[in-house]
Amino acid sequence: MKALKTHTGTLMPLDRANVDTDAIIPKQFLKRIEKRGYGQFLFYDWRFNRDGTENEEFILNREPYRNATILLTRDNFGCGSSREHAPWAIEDYGFRVILASSFADIFYNNCFKNGILPIRLPKEQIEELFSKVAAQPEYTLTVDLELQEIRDSNGMTKHFEVDDYRKHMLLEGMDEISATIRHEEQIDAFEQQHRLYYSL
Amino acid sequence: MGKTLYEKIWDRHVVAQQPEQPDILYIDLHLVHEVTSPQAFDGLRQAGRNVRRPDRTLATMDHSIPTLNRDQPFEDEVAQKQVEALRKNCEDFGIKLFDLFHKQQGIVHIIAPELGLTQPGQTIVCGDSHTATHGAFGTLAFGIGTSEVEHVLATQTLKQSKSKTMAIEFQGQLPTGASAKDLILALIGRYGHDFATGYTIEYRGEAIRKLSMEERMTVCNMSIEIGARAGMIAPDDTTFAYLSDKPYAPEGDQWEQAQAEWENLFSDVDAVFDKVVEFDCSKVEPQVTWGTNPGMVVSVNGQVPPLEDLSLEQRKIAESALAYMGLEPGVRIQDIEVDTVFIGSCTNGRIEDLREAAAIVNGYSVKDGIRALVVPGSQAVKAQAESENLDRIFIDAGFEWREAGCSMCLGMNPDIAKPGDRVASTSNRNFEGRQGRQSRSHLVSPAMAAAAAITGRFTDVRGWPLRTGEGVTR
Repeated sequence: MKALKTHTGTLMPLDRANVDTDAIIPKQFLKRIEKRGYGQFLFYDWRFNRDGTENEEFILNREPYRNATILLTRDNFGCGSSREHAPWAIEDYGFRVILASSFADIFYNNCFKNGILPIRLPKEQIEELFSKVAAQPEYTLTVDLELQEIRDSNGMTKHFEVDDYRKHMLLEGMDEISATIRHEEQIDAFEQQHRLYYSL
Repeated sequence: MGKTLYEKIWDRHVVAQQPEQPDILYIDLHLVHEVTSPQAFDGLRQAGRNVRRPDRTLATMDHSIPTLNRDQPFEDEVAQKQVEALRKNCEDFGIKLFDLFHKQQGIVHIIAPELGLTQPGQTIVCGDSHTATHGAFGTLAFGIGTSEVEHVLATQTLKQSKSKTMAIEFQGQLPTGASAKDLILALIGRYGHDFATGYTIEYRGEAIRKLSMEERMTVCNMSIEIGARAGMIAPDDTTFAYLSDKPYAPEGDQWEQAQAEWENLFSDVDAVFDKVVEFDCSKVEPQVTWGTNPGMVVSVNGQVPPLEDLSLEQRKIAESALAYMGLEPGVRIQDIEVDTVFIGSCTNGRIEDLREAAAIVNGYSVKDGIRALVVPGSQAVKAQAESENLDRIFIDAGFEWREAGCSMCLGMNPDIAKPGDRVASTSNRNFEGRQGRQSRSHLVSPAMAAAAAITGRFTDVRGWPLRTGEGVTR
């Protein structure tokens, strides 16, 4: 997994609440058996017209947002299906940080496993960031995971919360499976005393 | 201090606790399907790892498979490849697979309960958000992403932090004519579809106790649609009776021992929940969603809500939903005409659901111009329905009778609704594009979907003149 310590990038304002994982990556792309290459399908139904041409109305297709790496959005981002293809698509497109007032649980968890930092900020702060982007389209932020801060070039600094374990995981680019396998003896011991009433 | 049901199951599954880290939690049953697993198996191969407990891993095909002409190569080559990848992965790693023609094939959340694999007190995971369904048995069951699928395959554990706990106390009786689907939709409508984010819900109260296992599964299935990580119902005599004759249920002394253990699975009287919510279900009516998330829902006798009362933020969300749905505020729900009817999915593809729908359909015909599909949740459900002649009732009325799978619930297979089509759907999500690009989904119960197929519009099933005939049990 890709580590993330600090990141500087342009914000893309996606002014919608309840963006679900079906919208992030529609189901027709879930048939692929690869883990990469989903960026081209990110927000597919919003990004492309029915004839396959780009929808110029959609924010991602406008400059300077095509190459933005920080996604700014609203409440309950990533709700719905558990598909990890959603963070895969977001990361593959080039986003490393998502700022929202709230995230759906499974999606939030999936982000950390794919080198994306989802940051929860209070609604007023999200609103403030939307205003800043509206005033200055090329608005840029630096995200510092170590210090748990976001900063802009005008001297604004905001603190964010993230639990220590997830922070550590992302800072180190940790391989969680290897870490768990170190507990193999405990898993063996657990299985010795754990009873189940079926076998497959 | 006492423990909640959630805490009891959690504590029984902790393999290791470390400071400042999530617990390592043991997983009893891992359900696998073709969509969220191929990248996990690839990860195992790349790292030279094995599946730790193939005997606690079960695979089936459900999401992207066709429900017609299964003996032919798939029209969709990409889906075909995905199914072949699952076949190969199960073979290489020694995992039991209910393949396309297996008599136990079906939607992953339908087959585990009907086989008796879902048992009280277990931990169950699957790369699918509707894994919460299994919580109906007093089981901690939740959806995971593909990285976690790989983690479970490799270690039979997950790193997990405890969620917060919420008790939803249902008060009063669910009225006649209102279904479990209506109950959960009404709950989501009341509190909003992200109300329980960060929580595991325990559904309680007399109305819950009176539900059948099928109905409890419908309620728990949609826990994710209120934002919850999982939903659960303490096991009781209904649970034990359902399980007792199932293929993988324990027998004889083992059964006695198991039941004695399961009887302790309830929240202690002095257990403390992080949140307690009371919900009066005595006035629940048949529900119909009008918007693009399951919380946008009203009674069938209601109307698309006027927007004046909403906050500016909520109003914006509602306006965008209505624009997508092609509806105006104030439209009467019973004036909304449908083009397509879908009966099936892990929410409502069980035998009771099909019986409920068939009872409405019996003796009637699908209205001209409406495409109506019944997709049983599993081959076993299909066989049971056919033995009760429910298939004849549907087919005679003009429904299509299909093979088991997820089908139009998420439209990953060829069963998709056309752009602009309005669907009365027994599934669980009405997100934009969910059942096909630009399609418009309205979530309803099986009976309500059946009635909509016949009248061509949403109709209150409570006044429905049942026509009795052979083969219908209700």
